[in-house]
Amino acid sequence: MGKPKTIIEKIWDKHVVHQEEGKPDLLYIDLHLVHEVTSPQAFEGLRINGRKVRRPELTFATMDHNVPTKNRDVIKDEISRKQMETLKKNCEENNIPLADMFHPDQGIVHVIGPELGLTQPGKTIVCGDSHTSTHGAFGALAFGIGTSEVEHVLATQSIWQERPKTLNVHVEGDLGPGVTAKDLILAIIAKFGVRFGTGYVMEYTGEAIRNLSMEGRMTICNMSIEAGARAGLISPDETTVEFLKGKTHVPDGEAFTKVSQEWLGLATDDGAVYDEQVIIRGDEVEPQVTWGTNPSMCVPVSGSTPNLKEVEYKADVERALMYMGLKENQPISSIEIDHVFIGSCTNSRFSDLQRAAEIVRGKKVHQNVRAIVVPGSFSIKLQAEKEGIDKIFQEAGFEWREAGCSMCLAMNDDIVPPEGRCASTSNRNFEGRQGNGARTHLVSPEMAAAAAIEGRFVDVRDYAGVPL
Amino acid sequence: MEAIKEHKGFVYPLNRTNVDTDQIIPKQFLKRIERTGFGQFLFYHWRFDDEGNTRSDFDLNKERYQNASILIAGENFGCGSSREHAPWALLDYGFRVIIAPSFADIFYNNALKNGIILIRLDQDQVRQWMEDAETGNLALEVDLEKQLIIEDDQEYPFEIPAYHKEKLVNGWDDISLTLHYEDRISDYETSMKK
Ligand code: SF4
Repeated sequence: MGKPKTIIEKIWDKHVVHQEEGKPDLLYIDLHLVHEVTSPQAFEGLRINGRKVRRPELTFATMDHNVPTKNRDVIKDEISRKQMETLKKNCEENNIPLADMFHPDQGIVHVIGPELGLTQPGKTIVCGDSHTSTHGAFGALAFGIGTSEVEHVLATQSIWQERPKTLNVHVEGDLGPGVTAKDLILAIIAKFGVRFGTGYVMEYTGEAIRNLSMEGRMTICNMSIEAGARAGLISPDETTVEFLKGKTHVPDGEAFTKVSQEWLGLATDDGAVYDEQVIIRGDEVEPQVTWGTNPSMCVPVSGSTPNLKEVEYKADVERALMYMGLKENQPISSIEIDHVFIGSCTNSRFSDLQRAAEIVRGKKVHQNVRAIVVPGSFSIKLQAEKEGIDKIFQEAGFEWREAGCSMCLAMNDDIVPPEGRCASTSNRNFEGRQGNGARTHLVSPEMAAAAAIEGRFVDVRDYAGVPL
Repeated sequence: MEAIKEHKGFVYPLNRTNVDTDQIIPKQFLKRIERTGFGQFLFYHWRFDDEGNTRSDFDLNKERYQNASILIAGENFGCGSSREHAPWALLDYGFRVIIAPSFADIFYNNALKNGIILIRLDQDQVRQWMEDAETGNLALEVDLEKQLIIEDDQEYPFEIPAYHKEKLVNGWDDISLTLHYEDRISDYETSMKK
């Protein structure tokens, strides 16, 4: 037996096409996901230089960022329409499979990859989108790239990458009742900051991670980028294999048995060494709420906004509090909200919606609140409707929408107004992210659902009717 | 991309940490399908109010920074979204050099691919120049080949990976470079099929 390796090293070594002293490695890419916003200039670049897409069958495109979620036929913004038409044309010209707005496979790019079984352990996956890290939940090496790199991958099916350092985020102990994957990743970022992962690929390990469903693992890996990491991943196990069984692009029968053995063999070897390790206790994590303008500005729901005398970057904290319309030392439970968004590639999967629905069942959305649910994909929407989850939300006063990115980045018509305050299950609380002047508080789907009913943040663990 | 060997210009200090790409260019301007014309939208909501009027309290709008072409910022510049529109906007606005204690990974790659010189320097030096540029006009000269920043007659060395430097000074396009390795890529594909 050779030296024990991490899964990161195993995948990397298997994909190196060319290596040279003092240069980054040329890495082969197994799956290239494409969406409408970061691809037009890349296709244009190919055209200008007379280049072709090298492996269209390893490329898959969808429309998600711009799509209307209310009425698919009404795209008010002409430029949005043009962007989507451009993607369609580019895919047709280059033979790239596309799930357009009306296709049954359509959805947020990071939701449909796993759903279709395109995302598989051991693959290298890129997309012109930072939350590509989501796919790492399956034990794939998945990272976001810029448009020049999109063009490079289209033309060469490879990418120049510096060998990353490895970082192990180890979670000891299991999460308590009512505490979710979202709370865990927010607590990790709150503890270690928005740049502790810079230059690293992180692997999450430990009891709490092993006990998570694939949905929960995707939520964790999704937000690795908010910790600055190039990618985040989790070694595959039986949960991974079980999830992928029967998915469209996954082989079946004997071939499945064979491939699943290969997948399990990718897991980090006992005794493998990481460049860095951090440890956090899962059983101490409480439901989290962000109060500021980056994801590390986050406290437990029982907490308060910071005391300005105790913070390191005072000017930044002051600015954030001002933008958010909050004072120092303000209890989270005193913050009233007027918008709720349940959706995004972080928390729009079936189990996210199901758990949120359990909380709102039989209750009414607070009179000051406008609440929307945007499923991550068309197929999640269908499944939820089959199980009556749409009805639970609608009877409580939520709007039930078509799949897309929607209010996560407010590129379509789903916008939080200036000074509006939103409890959001998405991943970024940056200034203006959900609309110019909009104030975002990141929370789990359960916490968002409870906030929708109460009109302010409450600890979902004390909340009547929660199945704990 | 345009080759860049040296650059001389005035500094604009952006005294904020974790400046994310949503701030550098807000999403409503990502709908264009061209690479050009994004400079007018740079730092849009910091430069303009809701009616589109210029905000006088944002430094970049001040007369003395109108010709700035070197940006100095706090830690973790360019975090968040992978949008390459961010370096397109910075470049189109006129910034050719960015100096900060640290940059987010994806932004670092994106900016270099567009011929922006990114320089990581230690916190104290960044803070010093930030103050100098806030209180008076600060002009710096960057000699990429020698890896030096020159202020008056003082020289400050900086590090940059050799292959990045090579590409910047030659204005090389990544794809043409990679196509030299096409055989390797084909060999890899063949070996994978077995
Ligand atoms: S849901 Fe939000 S974070 Fe995810 S891909 Fe869409 S815009 Fe990006």
